[in-house]
Amino acid sequence: MIEIQHLSKQFGKLQVLKDINLTCEPGQCIALIGPNGCGKTTLIKCILGMVIPSSGSIMFRQKNIARDFAYRHHIGYMPQKGRFPDNMTIGQVIEMIKNIRGKKEEQDDELIEAFSLNEIMDKKMRTLSGGTTQKVSASLAFLFKPEALILDEPTAGLDPIAAEILKEKIIAENKKGKLIFITSHMLSELDDLVTQVILMQDGGIRFHMPTALLKEQTKTLSLTKAITHILKHDHVQ
Amino acid sequence: MFNKIQKFILFDILRNRIVIAYTVLLSILTWSVFSLEDESYKGVLTLLNIVLLTTPLICIIFTTIYLYNSAEFIELMLSQPIRRSKIWTGLFLGLFLSLALAFLIGAGIPILLFVSGKIASILLIMGILITAVFVALGFLSAILTRDKAKGIGSSILLWLFFSLLFDGIVLFLLFQLSDYPIEKIMVGISALNPIDLARIFIILQLDVSAMLGYTGAIFKDFFGTGPGTMIGFSLLCIWVILPYLISLRMFVKKDL
Repeated sequence: MIEIQHLSKQFGKLQVLKDINLTCEPGQCIALIGPNGCGKTTLIKCILGMVIPSSGSIMFRQKNIARDFAYRHHIGYMPQKGRFPDNMTIGQVIEMIKNIRGKKEEQDDELIEAFSLNEIMDKKMRTLSGGTTQKVSASLAFLFKPEALILDEPTAGLDPIAAEILKEKIIAENKKGKLIFITSHMLSELDDLVTQVILMQDGGIRFHMPTALLKEQTKTLSLTKAITHILKHDHVQ
Repeated sequence: MFNKIQKFILFDILRNRIVIAYTVLLSILTWSVFSLEDESYKGVLTLLNIVLLTTPLICIIFTTIYLYNSAEFIELMLSQPIRRSKIWTGLFLGLFLSLALAFLIGAGIPILLFVSGKIASILLIMGILITAVFVALGFLSAILTRDKAKGIGSSILLWLFFSLLFDGIVLFLLFQLSDYPIEKIMVGISALNPIDLARIFIILQLDVSAMLGYTGAIFKDFFGTGPGTMIGFSLLCIWVILPYLISLRMFVKKDL
């Protein structure tokens, strides 16, 4: 569904992404992990077309995304830190996005209801706490039933109950055959979600393999242990 | 889709307190100028100088600040299936239309009431063109730097340059080179400043260009004729289109 070939990105002299090659299929749930500043968010923003790659190509459903915008109909994005116009209310933001997308598209209000956003629709975005802003971001990402979901640190800032609701939603959507792309530092949280792991280091992909294989190779039972094992022993091919 | 973004931005700006204050300010200035001067052409001259000072300043600074403040909005729109150029055009049209509307309501109504037909229409057209030029320049300085303080600073410098420094430099050159026949070159130099272009247009309409001396006669020879008017008008349009297109090109390629 997403095919990335020889993707590189430079910000001035700083090389953020180095020759990334990656293929993602529908139904996969991919964890993108790596230390801070290794290029995870830049990679995600490249897929979304928010950052323009220096070289290389990204294909979404066999179509190059460069200079295209329509493909974003099929992507739901939840940013690391949702930023919304300050003086709009939650209801206005949701209404505006619905308006822009066109009412024809089918909608999925499940998260709006689960987070009980309906009761605070007329609150201004400026007055919301970080967690509530994340709830709005999450609801918007799932609202149009996209085929691919890109979630940048989805549970950071959410309270345990909300995090659980979101996790269940992610699992449910994944079971419907949607591609899910998650970055997170909370490895223990990802354990029961992901089917594939990508470890990024210094702007390159260290490895990309199914979770089961990873656990088998490292002879560990949890993702946390497997990753720490690799980082300590440095031996996985 | 395009109209929705544009409409949304337009309503957002029209509710903005600064735009309302700008409308009120313009209308107070215009009404008081026309009630103080008994001859309307004198009023037009006074008004000309006030409008050519305030309109560019407010347009360029408001545009720059608004663009920096809508960083969140732009980011949100970018993750939606919308062409980047549509977002930028929507912002431009929203800002331009609301500021032009403010000008038309604030200054336009008294101008239409006090000034005779042809001069009034030239005044209004020039006011709207100057609004467009400085909104476009605001877009340029907002895209050139990520830093808000630097962006607003460069906007203020641009305004200072076009409304004060430029004339100073021209005067300096006139005195230094007064032994040479530079009158024709002056016509060319005035094209480099949109505010001067607008001023010349209106002064030539008022038949007070005799006050400009020999240079005024040359201006009248050039801008007073049909083709000259067309050239002056297109030059002002270029002052809108060029900065805007440069900013659009940069926005389409920008990393956010």
